[in-house]
Amino acid sequence: MILEYTPEQRAFRAEVRRWMEANVPKTRLPSFDLTQEGFDAHRDWERKLNDGKWGMVTWPEAFGGRALDLIRWLIFEEEYYRAGAPTRVNQNGIFLLGPTMMEFGTDDQKSRFLPRMAAGDDIWAQAWSEPGAGSDLAAVRSTCTLDGDHYILNGQKIWSTRAVFADWAFGLFREPGSERHKGMSLILFSLNAPGVTRRPIARMDGEMVFAEIFLDNVRVPVADRLGDDGQGWHVCMATAGFERGLMLRSPARYQVAASKLIALYEANKAHLPPSMGERVAQHWMDAEAYALSIYSTASRLQAGGAIGPESSTNKIFWSEMDVAMHQTALDILGPRAELLGQPSDGVSSVDWLDGFIFALAGPIYAGSNEIQRNIIAERMLGLPRA
Amino acid sequence: MQFAFTEDQLTIAQAARDMLVETCTPADLRKMLEADKPRDDARWSTIAEMGLIGMLAPESAGGLGMSMVDLIGIAEAAGYVGLPEPLVELAGITIPVLARLDDNRGWLDKALAGAVIALGHPSNPFVADADSADALLLADDDDIHLVERSAVTLTRAESFDPFRRLFTVEWTPSAATKVGSDWGDSADRGALLAAAQMIGLAQRCIDLAVAYAKDRVQFGKPIGSTQAVKHMISSAQVKVEFARPVVHAAAAELPLGTLASRARIAHAKIAAGAAADVASRMAVQAHGAMGMTYEVDLHFFLKRAFALNYAWGTPAVHGETVLERITKVRTGPDATFAGELA
Repeated sequence: MILEYTPEQRAFRAEVRRWMEANVPKTRLPSFDLTQEGFDAHRDWERKLNDGKWGMVTWPEAFGGRALDLIRWLIFEEEYYRAGAPTRVNQNGIFLLGPTMMEFGTDDQKSRFLPRMAAGDDIWAQAWSEPGAGSDLAAVRSTCTLDGDHYILNGQKIWSTRAVFADWAFGLFREPGSERHKGMSLILFSLNAPGVTRRPIARMDGEMVFAEIFLDNVRVPVADRLGDDGQGWHVCMATAGFERGLMLRSPARYQVAASKLIALYEANKAHLPPSMGERVAQHWMDAEAYALSIYSTASRLQAGGAIGPESSTNKIFWSEMDVAMHQTALDILGPRAELLGQPSDGVSSVDWLDGFIFALAGPIYAGSNEIQRNIIAERMLGLPRA
Repeated sequence: MQFAFTEDQLTIAQAARDMLVETCTPADLRKMLEADKPRDDARWSTIAEMGLIGMLAPESAGGLGMSMVDLIGIAEAAGYVGLPEPLVELAGITIPVLARLDDNRGWLDKALAGAVIALGHPSNPFVADADSADALLLADDDDIHLVERSAVTLTRAESFDPFRRLFTVEWTPSAATKVGSDWGDSADRGALLAAAQMIGLAQRCIDLAVAYAKDRVQFGKPIGSTQAVKHMISSAQVKVEFARPVVHAAAAELPLGTLASRARIAHAKIAAGAAADVASRMAVQAHGAMGMTYEVDLHFFLKRAFALNYAWGTPAVHGETVLERITKVRTGPDATFAGELA
């Protein structure tokens, strides 16, 4: 057990830090969920990252990466969050679809899609949920009907994050007449294809973080199906593993939030009860515990292990930690917590409120925490299905 | 950076765990209590023969010269079975204290040969297993004294956990009994090893709850098929999953002896204690009224978890260390590992 970085790992950290210090925008970019300008600003940032070869450091060089191992990916993420760099507008692509394509994609698909994904040329959305298929994802009804070397897609998708402005989506469709987990395929389609209509859905704070997607006889080449015909469920579960496991939520974001919370507590300590210190300490411990758990998982994966149902414990832990951490910050801010924007006395608390609203969704997306608890009970602990 | 045990470490811990699970069943625990014996001689011999007691003693003294990382998985297994014998305390704390002394009066050799030295550490108000010990390490202010069993008078302080044989000790310190005045990192070791045992105890409580929930039928189906029961068990498992790596990291960072490494141990103790608390109370709930009985084995593990949560520093005391660390030492994503903080 070696809990120190090698000189090469330290040098890599220094290299990332230098690049971030020189390139991270000094002012916060406008939201990517509100306007085309905000979305484009984030796409430009993705292009800048790619120019520095930082698009997705774990990917092979042929696809725009640096072929780095998971420990260096963690170091990269640590420096990324430490520098306050913009949220990755393409996280559905690079963190979810990318690893899935690496595992199930054809060489043709990898070379067509991955470099453009790393470069921010294609920003991806996920099109899985439907009005009647949320937690029960196997209830999807949208169809893919084979027509020569094309599929004809029909149906309706919902809760597609980033889909308002994104370029492409990866969706779950079923062969007409098939049932439940059988007959599904994961199909990649352009959100600008004829027959695709997007309708933004406003989040409670007005941001258009997700959209409905309507598909009306959308023609997609069979070559854009990811994985084998009828294997969609299997492929999706692999993606969900990445999503709940280590890729979607690297620990650095929570460690940065914990540090900010400690600073907020220190600045307000004089008029806070001692119990607030205990809460802040607990959140810092949780962020550290999550980081240690991910380092342990990364070390195991590097030694040839696989991600299993424990990815469900990750998802529960980070989502609940995120809510609790923000709640403590808002408790410290007290009557200022509700303020939007910059008040006349100049002390803005809006980042904590934004973070709180975002955190509220954590226990819901990527499979609700109730579903995760079922998975832990049934697959880790062997309890019987209902 | 490699946050993983070696194959050798995993093999040794598994062998110890297999032996403990086989020789220390709840039925064995009940037999010991009925016989009112302080330890199971056959099991204690097996533990000694496996070399577990001297794992951390220097090779020059006849030990194995191993590290806390080698021992931590075994401490977890000792917790899992609710081991009554003082393996963890002797191997992980007492023997390292003896090994640091300029003159241990031959007691390190004796300990490695099977003698038991009870530990009256300044962190704890009572001395565990003093009645069956051959000698006692006792504190007089900062000084360490080594006193033979025959030179002390013991009064039992009965514990909720019947296997924790606690005593107050009447004795007279003298120049002849004084062997040193440096307890070193023994308080940290105590807290860390209590944390490791509580991880094992928490997992045992969960395993017992799972077994019962699969078996117990109500409304025509196992109670473990209902989401209400599944979710409370899963929540306890989440607590364990995010306490265990903290314990492992704390074991690796123990030798640093910095505020950051001591705060990791404090964190480990707090997190493992919280996991064991949640898991043991959840397991009582999962067992329903049976969970409250003496007949069901669960209470052995609940009681040990309860006692260890308060031994070697309460959660509140360890919380102070964590608060000191986060306000005095750098935090953030590049400050995870204590060895990286100068």
